[in-house]
Amino acid sequence: MDIVGSRKITFTIAIIVILAGLLAMPINAGMGKGILDFDVEFVGGTVMEIHIGQEFDINNDIRPIVIDITGDDSPQITRIDNQGVAIKTKSIDTKTRRELFDALKEKYQLDENEALLNAEDVSATIGTEMQLKAIKALVVASILMLIYITFRFKDWKFGLSAVIPLLHDVLVVLAVYSILRVPVNNSFIAVILTILGYSINNTIVIFDRIRENKKSVSRQELKELVNQSVNQTMTRSINTTVTTLLTITVLYFLGVPSIKEFALPLIVGLIAGTYSSIFIASPVWYMLSTKKTRTAKSQA
Amino acid sequence: MKVKSGLILLLTLVITGLMVFTAFYGFGVNHYLGADNIRLGLDLAGGVNIVYEADKENPTSAEMAAAKELIQGRLDRGNYTEAEVSIEGEKRLRVDIPGVDDPEKAIEDIGSTALLQFISPEGEVILTGNEVKDARRDVITDNNGISRPVVVVEFNDKGRDAFAEATQKYINQVIVIALDETIISYPVVEDVITTGTAFISGNFSIEEADELAARIKAGALPFKLNVLQSKSVGAKLGTDALNTSLKAGLIGIILVLLFMLIFYRVSGLAADIALIFYCGTIIVILSAMEATLTLPGVAGIILSVGMAVDANVIIFERIKEELNSGKSIRAAVDAGFSKAFSAILDGNITTLIAAAILFWLGTGLIKSFAQTLAIGIILSMFTALVVTRIIIKQFVNIGLKNPKLYCANKEA
Repeated sequence: MDIVGSRKITFTIAIIVILAGLLAMPINAGMGKGILDFDVEFVGGTVMEIHIGQEFDINNDIRPIVIDITGDDSPQITRIDNQGVAIKTKSIDTKTRRELFDALKEKYQLDENEALLNAEDVSATIGTEMQLKAIKALVVASILMLIYITFRFKDWKFGLSAVIPLLHDVLVVLAVYSILRVPVNNSFIAVILTILGYSINNTIVIFDRIRENKKSVSRQELKELVNQSVNQTMTRSINTTVTTLLTITVLYFLGVPSIKEFALPLIVGLIAGTYSSIFIASPVWYMLSTKKTRTAKSQA
Repeated sequence: MKVKSGLILLLTLVITGLMVFTAFYGFGVNHYLGADNIRLGLDLAGGVNIVYEADKENPTSAEMAAAKELIQGRLDRGNYTEAEVSIEGEKRLRVDIPGVDDPEKAIEDIGSTALLQFISPEGEVILTGNEVKDARRDVITDNNGISRPVVVVEFNDKGRDAFAEATQKYINQVIVIALDETIISYPVVEDVITTGTAFISGNFSIEEADELAARIKAGALPFKLNVLQSKSVGAKLGTDALNTSLKAGLIGIILVLLFMLIFYRVSGLAADIALIFYCGTIIVILSAMEATLTLPGVAGIILSVGMAVDANVIIFERIKEELNSGKSIRAAVDAGFSKAFSAILDGNITTLIAAAILFWLGTGLIKSFAQTLAIGIILSMFTALVVTRIIIKQFVNIGLKNPKLYCANKEA
């Protein structure tokens, strides 16, 4: 496969996916849903999941109770599987949470111990910190990886062209979060960093081949060298992705909601990571390398 | 040669079996090193997690330790025996209480203020923790020359005056010292004390005196604790999460085993044995480390299974290429492993960098994910480079030499 030659097409595909994700954000915001579905962990607030155990009407029955007790005019109340409800409000204290639960308990004769599936309250401070942490984690990880690869491959071009596709991966994952409205919570950072690690792992296997072929095959066209290396490692790239996808996909189909929220972006991210290491990383390295040769030639 | 290789192969299988057995059952009644011995996080066992922050700029580490002691004490008195309190960062306390039925009540219990009281024989409160400036352990020697540990309580100005007045009034009587309405000491007033310090003596050891001092100080906490974050998970939800994840893990592993066998034949069989070894060992390691397993942690393990196979895939593809270029099976296996090494090493180290940063920046659940991911990466490198290699070499030695078995295009 002529990876380097078809880079215009492969880059365009990547850009379209990324743009779709980026466009979804202002569209969502315009519809009043917020650019991403930030969980309380990222923006602060309280979320309670309660098992009602019978039919209920969110807008006529539950919403007025929530507004009355919490004083939050626009609580987000959603149905969760099997006659349950998730109530998301601004951050409220233990006493208010108790009152809210008691009110619902009275209305639906809830079980004292089992009806409250889970409750989470996060102050705005933690929310801001999480956002900063997410950015910090991304930046620090990218820089360290850049340094490590540059050091191991003794060539900054390898480092740079391994890190650029990571930007693609992050943006594609972000597109999943924005288009499919996957809640952005604690596991968001874990998902992103796992994908970065995985994607760069794939890239390194390919670059390792380029490094090796460069030594053994003398006087080879750079384009052929890159294409040959990518194709030699192609089966491995696909098989590895398939085995990882096997486990994570089973997890997605069988998992509880919190696992699904984790597995879905991971699945897309793994595919994006494989795509970028095959179709973006090597062509970028090729472009950086030929650019340098050209300048060297023109100076000579 | 054949016999020796057969024995090595058998030994590898026995060790693998032993690892899996240990992972399932562990040793002894406590299932030491077994899966049952792995502590489950709150999201799997159900429970409460609360993060408090000191309502004060730059609290000292002594103040934080006192606050930790305070919360731990309240939890103990509330019978939350498995609860854990840890200091996080400079001004935060994280409280984890597994397996509670009524999370909101636990939060309320911890939230109630600790109260140190000096109570007169008539039952009147003379002083409270608000008037305590410091409490520490000391050793005094009495008139008979016997040394014993005591707790020295130092009052502020207001407390000093009140205490002087009280000791004068109740001389030779008992003043009860209570913490959270539990009597912790009932000393007899022996002298009028005007210095603003009181000794609490009793039959306690040095450790007990230390603890009491810390608790009194905790009662006189110099700052308020605000709830920054609280999270509770019902026990049922936790159990469901664990069961489905385990089931998913099992199915995922079986699919991966099949995939490898179909795609890489004899090499795939070697990788499968190594993968089973890997799965058993990672559970034993987590159990030995007394790690707390959370839902993201389980996901990390399942993810690492897929990744564990990666190193094998790199090696097998390499062996296949070497065979296709006409090398003998032995030479191809050696070349496959040595040529794959740099890619495996570099790839895994960069993934480890990501895991390390997650561990550094993450809290609670994410730390657990980073931990299992990191262990998985290191262990998977070991199983691919050592275990798989041993098995494949023995396969070659006992006569499985047809390159087709190793996915080459042509026969030797």
